[in-house]
Amino acid sequence: MDVREQIRETNKDFPGQIHPVPGGGIVVSKFDDIINWARSNSLWPLTFATSCCGIEMMSVASSKYDFSRFGFEVARASPRQADVIIIAGTIVNKMAPVLKRLYDQMPDPKYVIAMGACAISGGPFFYNTYSVVKGADHVIPVDVYIPGCPPRPEALLHALIALQEKIKSGFTREQIRGEKPQP
Amino acid sequence: MSTVLTNQIIQKRLVEKFGDAVTNMEEPYGMFSFEVPKDLNLKVMEFLYDEPDLNFRFLTDVCAVHYPDQKGRELAVVYHLHNMVDNIRIRMKIFTDINEPDVFTATSLYQSANWQERETYDFYGVNFLGHPNLKRILNVDEMDYFPMRKEYPLEDRARLDKDDEMFGRGGSVV
Repeated sequence: MDVREQIRETNKDFPGQIHPVPGGGIVVSKFDDIINWARSNSLWPLTFATSCCGIEMMSVASSKYDFSRFGFEVARASPRQADVIIIAGTIVNKMAPVLKRLYDQMPDPKYVIAMGACAISGGPFFYNTYSVVKGADHVIPVDVYIPGCPPRPEALLHALIALQEKIKSGFTREQIRGEKPQP
Repeated sequence: MSTVLTNQIIQKRLVEKFGDAVTNMEEPYGMFSFEVPKDLNLKVMEFLYDEPDLNFRFLTDVCAVHYPDQKGRELAVVYHLHNMVDNIRIRMKIFTDINEPDVFTATSLYQSANWQERETYDFYGVNFLGHPNLKRILNVDEMDYFPMRKEYPLEDRARLDKDDEMFGRGGSVV
C-alpha cells in the first residue's frame, strides 16, 4: 500500500479503541491524539499573499473549491487569530523580516505551507535576483510544499489535507520540535 | 496662446535661451529629446516649467541608464516632461561621471520627483543634491551596492539559456 494511503487509513477514524462495557462502550484514547485530531480539523489560515499564487488561494477559499469543507473555516486578517500561514508568492529580502514577524506573532500551534515555486525555491523567474529569498524555508520552517506556478486549486486542497494528516500523525515541524528540550 | 505647441517651437525656444548648451537634439518616434550639461538641469527644467507657452508642469518619469563604455559620462539621468495643456511630451537627458554622480534634485519644481529620484538613487546610485529624503525606496536598507549598474551580472554565470550579453552586460559565456 502507498504510504499516503497508509497514513490516511490510520487517521480515518476518531483516534482510540472502543472498550465494550455492558450497555454500551467507552472510547480509550490518548489526549495527544485527540488534541491533534481536534486541531487538524479547525485550521484558520492567515490572509497572506505576496504574488499571483494568492489569486489561486482566493479561488480555493471561494465557493467553487471552498476549503471550509475541510476545516479551513475562515481566513483571518490577523496573525494572532491564525493557525496556518500559506506563503502564496515570492518572498523578497525586504519582505523576509515581515514574514518572520508574522510567523512569530501567530499563537502556537502554528503551521506553514509553502505554495508555489517562488515560496519553495525563489521561483522560476526571479530565483537569481538580488532581491529574492531563495525559498521561504530560509526564514521560517515549512511543513508542506506545493510545487506549481501557480499550483492548481486542487493542489492547494491536497496540501491542506496533507497538512491535516501530518498534524494527526504528529509530524509537523512544530510538533517534532516540541518533543525536544527547548534551548 | 493661439499657436499650437510643436517640437520645433520647443527646440527654437530652448536654443534661443540656452544656445549651444542644448545638444543631441533628436526626435525618436516623434518625441523631442535633447541633452543638457548636468549643471544646467534645474535651470532648463525651470525654464520649461515657468514659460507660459511651454508650460511643462508634469514630471512623468525620472530614470537612469548606465553606459559602461562611455568614459566620463557613464550614467545618464533621463527626465520625461509632460505639457498637460497641449499634450506634448519631451525627454531631457543629462550625463554624469559614475565616480561623481552628483545631480541637482528636481524636487523643488516637481513633487513627484521625490520618490522617482529615490528609486533612481536606489538602483543606480545617482546622488541627488538637495533631495529631502534620499534613501533607498524599494530595496532593503542594508544593501551596499546599486544593483542595476551593469558591473553586476544579471544572471547566474552557469546558465547558458540567459546570456548576459542580451542585457548589455558583456557575454557571460566564456
